Amino acid sequence: MTEIRWHSRAGQGAVTGAKGLGDVVSTTGKQVQAFALYGSAKRGAAMRAYNRIDDEPIINHEKFMLPDYVLVIDPALAFTDNITENDKPTTQYIITTHLSKDELIAQIPELQDKKERVHVVDCIQISLDTIGRAIPNAPMLGAFVKVSGMFELDYFLEAMKRVLSKFPQKIIDGNMQAITRAYNEVN
Amino acid sequence: MAEKMDLQSTEVWDGNYAAAQALRQAQVDVVAAYPITPSTPIVENYGNFVANGYVDGEFVMVESEHAAMSGCVGAAAAGGRVATATSSQGFALMVEVLYQASGMRLPIVLTVVNRALASPLNVRGDHGDMYLGRDSGWIQLDAFNAQEAYDLTLMAFKIGEDINVRLPVMVHQDGFITSHTAQNIHPLSDDEAYAFVGDYKPVDEMLDFSRPVTYGAQTEEDWHFEHKAKQHRALMDSYVVIDRVFEEFEKKTGRKYKRLETYMMEDAEVAIVALGTTVETAILAAKQLREEEGIKAGIVAPRTFRPFPFNEIREALAGLKCVAAMDRSCPMGAMGALYNEVNGALASIPADQRPLMTNFIYGLGGRDFSVKEAKRIFREQKGHADVGYITTPIQQFSGLRGPKLGFYEVKRS
Repeated sequence: MTEIRWHSRAGQGAVTGAKGLGDVVSTTGKQVQAFALYGSAKRGAAMRAYNRIDDEPIINHEKFMLPDYVLVIDPALAFTDNITENDKPTTQYIITTHLSKDELIAQIPELQDKKERVHVVDCIQISLDTIGRAIPNAPMLGAFVKVSGMFELDYFLEAMKRVLSKFPQKIIDGNMQAITRAYNEVN
Repeated sequence: MAEKMDLQSTEVWDGNYAAAQALRQAQVDVVAAYPITPSTPIVENYGNFVANGYVDGEFVMVESEHAAMSGCVGAAAAGGRVATATSSQGFALMVEVLYQASGMRLPIVLTVVNRALASPLNVRGDHGDMYLGRDSGWIQLDAFNAQEAYDLTLMAFKIGEDINVRLPVMVHQDGFITSHTAQNIHPLSDDEAYAFVGDYKPVDEMLDFSRPVTYGAQTEEDWHFEHKAKQHRALMDSYVVIDRVFEEFEKKTGRKYKRLETYMMEDAEVAIVALGTTVETAILAAKQLREEEGIKAGIVAPRTFRPFPFNEIREALAGLKCVAAMDRSCPMGAMGALYNEVNGALASIPADQRPLMTNFIYGLGGRDFSVKEAKRIFREQKGHADVGYITTPIQQFSGLRGPKLGFYEVKRS
């Protein structure tokens, strides 16, 4: 079982990202679960989304999890939300920020002993450049594909094209660029 | 003709979308609906299907849930296949009309996304609304995950519309935990699904002007009782059709349903009786306990909350040592309804085969029910079983913060 926790603000697309990831994972024959825990259910409020991935049907419906991956798609939440909650010695962090990895870790005491498990990427800037709006979910998926090694980039891009097929070509192209750029830029 | 939709053999859908797809595939004639969280996406997606030409039927937007169910009653009496969706306060507002629908024997399908009842206001899942419907004369099917929400919605039409049933059917799923959790779903194709549900065969339809009929007539003490007894009998006897539809569905899909689902009960000593997603979480807990601690734990779960599987409960639980009935609804001044009904069934088996019975109130307003807590409850039942009596209050609260709350002790002489 692989468990993923997204830290986001309502409106940034964490639920769509989690569902999109679930959609792609299901094409590999695996079982998925994607759900969210809304706080005050207002746009801009901190919220969390979750994925579970397994070879067996997933019958666990609890919200509690020990995440293998923590994906932070809002830069401020790395500072204000408890992103290391219930983590494991192996939990990998992917955090969106304009800071360098060293600058970020220097400001967040909880991450200081996890340096080798922290990855940074500027999902906000990438989505502004490629999609034209601050929708950091697609770039985070690209970064996740790289860090997890769960898919080949090309396979993931093809599958995402199908997930996004109801959108105009321009949006699909923007998302493909966003995923690719984040894949290449995450470190 | 409605457009067909190309579906993959595996889709990733949440419970709401799964229910909306089942409604579309059944080609409902009239959906009259007023959206409410967390069932809003059922209505929203269905409206989308209508607007995009995937449904031939009518979609009626109304001003309240009372009007929604009233519209459904009218359309069903007119002779159409009819469905709607609701939750919580919306369900509460429908209640008056729910009794009308079942009394008129109108096979309406209501997809209920279970949510807590205010106050305090809360949009998350518990079974308060499902329990509110339990005397309303509807068949109540309960889904434990999104796949089942899809399957049971398709089957609901076939069960309710059967000439030997002719009763409205609710399909329950847990708010957010099922309704907003996407998982792998294996849908039928549009053609397969519709072939399974079949064409609607109206009975005593009001639009047949050559044969005028009356719906909702007044019957005082001369006939009211006979009508209600007949209706009760139809609901009690509906199990025959339910079993047959479950069997037909299994033949088509390989997915097996029973009115009382049982898991690992062959050699179980302790069990949890539950509804909704808790059933699956408890299965996971029981598997782990069997492996890790050798506790013979099992799960018993009514798939049909109504008709209540009285006989099956007696068979499944006879000879067990200790059973916890889990109620996700606050009984307010009594033991939980599931506890009472299970105990009612067990009262008629020999005393030496009757398990110790405890009651847990849990998960109100969406409070998380974890695998860890399910394991703790199983262990506690094992503890009662080992000493031969209930060592805690009979009714307890699981997952409640603050001082422990419990009611009624076992008197030991």
